[in-house]
Formats: sequence, structure tokens, C-alpha cells
Amino acid sequence: MLNIALPKGRLGEKVYAMFEAAGFACPAIRENNRKLVFENEETGVRYFWVKPSDVAIYVERGAADVGVAGKDILLEYRPDVYELLDLGTGVCRMAVAAPRDFRDDPRRVLRVATKFPHIAADYYAGRGRQIDVIRLNGSIELAPILGLSDVIVDIVETGTTLRENDLAVVCDIVPISARLIANKAAYQFKNEPITRLQAALAAGKETT
Amino acid sequence: MSTEKNTVEEKIGALRELYRRRGYARFRMRQFEAYDFYARNKNFLVSENVITFTDLDGKLMALKPDVTLSIIKNSDAGEILRAYYHENVYRPTKSGTFGEIMQMGLECIGDLDEYCVFEVLSLAAESLDALSPDWLLDVSDLWFFSTAIERTGVDGETGDKLFACLGEKNAHDLKAVCSAAGVCEQKANKLLALLNCDSDPRKALSILESLYDDAAWQARVAAFGAVLSALPEARVRVDFSVVSNRKYYNGLVFQGFINGVPQNVLSGGQYDNLLARMGKSGRAVGFALYLDRVEEYFMPRDAYDADVVLIYAPHTPPRLVAAAAAELGKNGDAVTALPALPQKLKARRVVRLDENGVIVC
Repeated sequence: MLNIALPKGRLGEKVYAMFEAAGFACPAIRENNRKLVFENEETGVRYFWVKPSDVAIYVERGAADVGVAGKDILLEYRPDVYELLDLGTGVCRMAVAAPRDFRDDPRRVLRVATKFPHIAADYYAGRGRQIDVIRLNGSIELAPILGLSDVIVDIVETGTTLRENDLAVVCDIVPISARLIANKAAYQFKNEPITRLQAALAAGKETT
Repeated sequence: MSTEKNTVEEKIGALRELYRRRGYARFRMRQFEAYDFYARNKNFLVSENVITFTDLDGKLMALKPDVTLSIIKNSDAGEILRAYYHENVYRPTKSGTFGEIMQMGLECIGDLDEYCVFEVLSLAAESLDALSPDWLLDVSDLWFFSTAIERTGVDGETGDKLFACLGEKNAHDLKAVCSAAGVCEQKANKLLALLNCDSDPRKALSILESLYDDAAWQARVAAFGAVLSALPEARVRVDFSVVSNRKYYNGLVFQGFINGVPQNVLSGGQYDNLLARMGKSGRAVGFALYLDRVEEYFMPRDAYDADVVLIYAPHTPPRLVAAAAAELGKNGDAVTALPALPQKLKARRVVRLDENGVIVC
């Protein structure tokens, strides 16, 4: 039985459709109920819905053999897992954004508000820029508006939220998309179904 | 209840005996070392954070976070040191606090020849076999990917990124890194071939042979093949994603897995570079077994707090309680004698004893 952790929400539903098309269907998952675990003995799969940011933890610790996590989560939490495939969905970017009239003053320590302190720290360390990371859990766009930070590092999809709050992208850090990840031990002992899934998803991606 | 615990201890006993029979002596180290020693070699440690304290003589000491460094310190030039250890080390854990981790391992240091390297690799395989019949050993030689990177002509930073992709089996980002660095398709494909290399040793060797024609490459493939051929084929896989810290490790690196344990339980390789950094000549190879992970595997959670709870009546003479407990424990069960059954205690079996020492139910 292959245990698969999927992120709850729209992305998870989209990803499940890809798994289903790849031959790893589990019709029970489409039933409208509050269940969190769904199994299909015929196709040898067991799916779990988990919070998107927790998928990597489930996979790293072996509760799930494979899962789908955003590249942002993988870069931020650096789980010890294999990243087998870019699913090409959930596409967005990690970017630095600031008020439209922002000018970076290199004499000052840059105040950066973010939900992704590792990504922000790595990015600015690579540029040799000293920063003060302000870790927030939501409404990041509010930080520069209220003067809490100079810039933000956050996920940008369409840019609508930024525009509506008079913010603009200063620069892109890294492109983000959903990735198929695997537990390192499961990859050894369940190699056949995992590589079969990887190949089928890759083939499905190419045909779409 | 006690059976599972004994299983872990028995396995450890079997491993010690295995190492002893191969000529490895037990290395016992002090609980503390001078902090300066670890500070000088901090990049080798799993984490730079170590537990420190000021000793009574004013020296800054550290609670040992590692054993290998101390063993190297005790090796002498011109000799071969074969040592194994079974020690607790103190390191930060994933939960963000320090933890005590039981570690067992083996090191072979000095003027080593190919046999010594093979001996350690083979002991790694035998150690896994002693722990479980369902194990796998992933073996890699860092030289292949390092050399393939060198031949692309990319800088060190790009090389590190490529190694990171290899460690994640991340072909999509490897392609992107190659493309951004201007690596030609032919050379990028050779890197991809290593990342996607078949795990079957025979097929892997054939793929390796096809990548580069030069004598140095082919000689290394032959040497790698010689090592692989002496290991149990069904249990050994070639996996170039085993990428240890390259500042210290070179050549063969390996990782062991047991079915049911979600992380590797064994990790090792050649670390000649570490030896050189510590000012020692010669070669070194060894491995560590993560017994904390293994223990979890051999010690499933008990459904009961006790095998047998013996409830004795008030005023029962202690010698009669002791005799009844001894009788009930003859088959190896753990017997807990109590005057009354605690509400939260879950026992496999509850036995009552009257004041004359007779079991009533």
C-alpha cells in the first residue's frame, strides 16, 4: 500500500486529478464528507488530506511514503526527502515586494517581514546584505504599510493583493510550484510503485 | 514486555561480537572533551551547537557530540587503528532542543589498502543483516559525480547546487542549474545519467562505463565494480544521491535502511579529507549506526504496563507474596505485586493472592 499525503484545498484536488489520471485512483476521496483518510486496495493507494505546510513532515517521518508539497515549503523547512518531480502546477514565485516608492538604503539594516525566514535569510546572505527578519504568520502585506518592515518576502501569484495595497515586486527570488516528494526509506522498499507513480505523472504532465 | 527490550540489547551484543571477531577493539571515550577540539572541527559535526560548561580548572569543556573525531585523535601514523564504539552523544534534535543519542559505529584509520575499505563496507552490510533480514545498503562513490562536474567546468558554487540536486534526486532543478550555468546538453545529460542511474549494480556499472572513455574513469568504474561484486547483490543498490559532507568525505559513501524505519539507520564512508584536516596522514573509513532509530523499530509500544499484576490481600506475609511472584514470573513474565489494582494500570493478566499465599483467581 502506497501512502500519499496530499495538501488540503484547491491544489490538493488538482493534484489528486493528476494522480487519478496516472492510474492511482481512489474514488472515495471525491465523496463529500469529513474523512481524512481514503483507501483503494485495488490500486494499492491510501490518501491523506493534510495541511499543505505539514505534507513534508508526514513524508520525512515516514507517515506517508510520498506527498505533494510546494517548493516554498521545501526551501523553508528543508526536509530530508527526495524531490522527484516538478508537477508544474500551483505555479507562483517567491518575491521581494515593497511600497511603490521604496528605495533601498544600503547604509541601513533592511527590515524584512516574511513567513519564510530561511528563504529570506538565504537570499540576502547571498547578496551580502544585512537584514532584520521579522517573522509573521499572515497579512504580510500590512507590514510595510504600517512601517513594521521595509520590504516583504512572500509568495506572489497574480500580484493583485500587492497592487491593491500599493505594493510592487522589487525582484523575484525563486519560482515555486508543487513537487512530488518521497520518503528516503520508502523509496528503497516501495521503489516499484513510487517510480511507477513518478513516471506516470511525468508522462501525464508532458501530454497536458 | 521485557522480550522486546532484550531484543535490542541482544542485537547490540551481536554487533559487538561481530566487530570483535573482525579485530575491532572497543573504544571508550570520556564524556567530555575540550571545547576547542570540537570548535576546530565544527564543520564535521552534525551541528555546530554543543553543550559546553566550564570545568573546575577553568577550561571550557564540551559534552561529546561525536565519537569519530576522538578516535582519529588517538590514531598513530604508520599503523592501522580498528575500533568500534557504543556511546551516547549529545546533539541538537529536530525538536530544537539537545538530546542524548545512542550511537554505535566503527572506524578503520591508518595506512589502509583496498581490503580495509571493503572490510568496513562489508561489516556495514553484516551489521544491517544482524539488525533485520529486510535491509538495503545504498552505495555511491563521490568521485564520479565530482569528476563529471569538474568536466563541465562550472564554478564551485554551481557544483554545490548540482550536488544538492543529486542528493534530492531532483532532476528538474539539476537541468535548470545546468541551463543557467551554460553547461552543454551532452555534459548535463551525463550528470542526469548519474542522478537517474539504475540501482541494480550490474546495470549501474554498465551505465557508468558508457559515460566517459578515458582510463581514469574506466579504472574507477572497475574499482567500484570490484567492491560491489563482493557484497550481497540482492541487498546492495547503487545510489549516487548518497552525498555526505564533501569537505570531509571522499570516495565510497553509503547508507543503510531497514524496512519499517523511515530514515536511514546507518551512514558511512571514506573520510580521508577529515584526517588530512586534522593533520593526520593515511586514509579512514567508517560508519555509524543510529540506534535510537533502530530502538524505535525493535521496541513497539507496549499495549500493557505489566505482564502480570499480583494483588495480595492485606496482612499477607511478604515471603508468600515473593514466592507467588517468583512462581508467576517463571516463564519470563514481568510480575508487579501490589496491594490494590491502580485505576490507570493496564495489565495483561491480574492475579489475586489470599492472606495464606494461595492464588484465588
